[in-house]
Amino acid sequence: MESTGRDPVKGGEPVIVVEGLTARFGEVTVLEEVSFGVHRGEILCFVGGSGCGKSTLLKHVIGLIRPAAGKVWVDGVDIAAGGEKELNAIRKKIGVLFQSDALLASMTLGENVGLPLEGLMGLSRETMELIVRMKLGMVNLSGYENHYPAELSGGMRKRGGLARAMVLDPQILFFDEPSAGLDPINTAELEALIREINIGLGTTIIIVSHQVELVLRLADRIMLIDRAAKGIIATGTPAELRVSATDPRVRDFLFRPGGVPEEG
Amino acid sequence: MRKERSQPGYALRAAPAEGGEQVMHLSGRVSLEDAEELLADMVTLSDGEPAGAVHIDLAGVTYMDSAGALTLFRFEERLRREGRPCLYTGFSERVRGIMGLIDRREMFRSPLREESRPAGLVVALGDAGFKVYADFRALMTFLGDLVAAIGHLAGRPGEVRWGDVLSVMRRTGAEGFPIVALISFLIGLIIAFMSSLQLKQFGANIYVASLVSLAIIRELGPIMTAILVAGRSASAYAAEIGTMRVNEEVDALVTMGFEPIRFLAVPKLIGTVLVLPVLTLYADLFGIFGGLVVGVMMLDLTPYTYLQESQRVITLFHLLSSLLKALVFAFVVAWIGCQRGFEVRGGVEEVGAATTSAVVTSILLIVIVDSVFAVVLHYVG
Repeated sequence: MESTGRDPVKGGEPVIVVEGLTARFGEVTVLEEVSFGVHRGEILCFVGGSGCGKSTLLKHVIGLIRPAAGKVWVDGVDIAAGGEKELNAIRKKIGVLFQSDALLASMTLGENVGLPLEGLMGLSRETMELIVRMKLGMVNLSGYENHYPAELSGGMRKRGGLARAMVLDPQILFFDEPSAGLDPINTAELEALIREINIGLGTTIIIVSHQVELVLRLADRIMLIDRAAKGIIATGTPAELRVSATDPRVRDFLFRPGGVPEEG
Repeated sequence: MRKERSQPGYALRAAPAEGGEQVMHLSGRVSLEDAEELLADMVTLSDGEPAGAVHIDLAGVTYMDSAGALTLFRFEERLRREGRPCLYTGFSERVRGIMGLIDRREMFRSPLREESRPAGLVVALGDAGFKVYADFRALMTFLGDLVAAIGHLAGRPGEVRWGDVLSVMRRTGAEGFPIVALISFLIGLIIAFMSSLQLKQFGANIYVASLVSLAIIRELGPIMTAILVAGRSASAYAAEIGTMRVNEEVDALVTMGFEPIRFLAVPKLIGTVLVLPVLTLYADLFGIFGGLVVGVMMLDLTPYTYLQESQRVITLFHLLSSLLKALVFAFVVAWIGCQRGFEVRGGVEEVGAATTSAVVTSILLIVIVDSVFAVVLHYVG
């Protein structure tokens, strides 16, 4: 029987399975033979230094880039092999908050958030407006529906981007560097929102970040990507990695005394 | 009396309860797909019932999304307006979590700003007038700054960024040459062909040469070249400086003690002013050559006769006035292109608008200036 809402069991059946993914740009191989699974309802964070291939991995999983080799199953559909039709069906089940928020500048915040609803048949204007207001309320942006993105602060735009990403209640939400350009207060607000969405809606959350502190606070599971290894070098819960990781690269990146590692 | 409604996603059953109350049993999927239908069904089943409380039993709900929860709240809001309480029973932790995410007070709050509506004709005309005035002021202010910068650098030629001037000359001149040459050649060819159709009837083939030469040198050479350079270079200047503003590169120049107009606009102005007259000369030559091809191939003129007739009608005054026009057009292209770039204040979307505006405004000003030239040169010549 179908469960009420999303499956609450973290560590349940995998909603994303990646097998032998190789990402290549021309002659340069960024990721090689990467395999992992994402469980329904969990918060999974990919971490690694700049240029290690985190965002590339994300773009492969959301179907923006086709892999040079390997398979990417999202909710049972191989998006690496599927056509545009299959990809579009899968895209309705996912939401993405891009690093730059990616709100369309020529539209108001309300129009931006309501954009994914426009393709749905039989939805009245009143319902669409109420859904937009509800989502803006969820991200603490009530009343800002008639403002343009340029009139909002960086943190507000980010939350606006999140409202748009979750307007269709996607099963999976992707965040690319969610705290980029945000001050600690806005970062904390966004972090609380991510947690609320995960618990309240049961949404599977995948975060790509190099902000180790944020990742250690939020993640159910962490995967560390290494540029030289061209893949994942460690997987586990923050507690597991803290206790059992012996690889100096893992310890150096995640648990370096004194805080966040240098970019590079 | 028991009443029922169902859709592919959900089933709704209503039954009267004691004290004029009503119980609604909702089961299945309560989601965005059936949101409109569910609200309509709930309203239908509750209408005409005694004004008692409505109990909504959610025990049979297998799935609920936020749009589904919103539908329940909308129904509740409707009952509240009728003075009927709404109570939920049998909801799971999951449904409670989803419903708890929605802040109903915030949702029904008025926007901080009213939706902008199209202004009336009078207001729109007034706004347009103010915009034109503000634009004119901005253009004139920038012109003043530009002239001041040139005045400053005139006494200090060593401060001019000559490397940038050469780069502008290469991009505007050398790289623009092929398209200018091709278009001028084709324009000359078209004028010669079209005029020959008429002049042939009177046996006045030879006048095709004078018509083409005069039209190209006095009008079409300078204006076509200027329009092409406006399309290629004014847009490029606006995009380059606009992007630099968005990326705070202009602010960085200021903090390093550079004056942005001297640093960015003056080299573009000098480069364009130096190169546009040369391009115009080439355009004149290729235009005449285009006419010559038609004259030789269709009108049985010899190249010598054609060129001799062209030489007869072209005076030094025509050539100099053509070059003078090119100089002024070059100034207009650089002035407008740079001004539109510096005008960018917001994000990248403004760069696109500035680029378009640079091309449109420079072409408009080129045509206006050309009209002034036409009148003045008529009396001077």
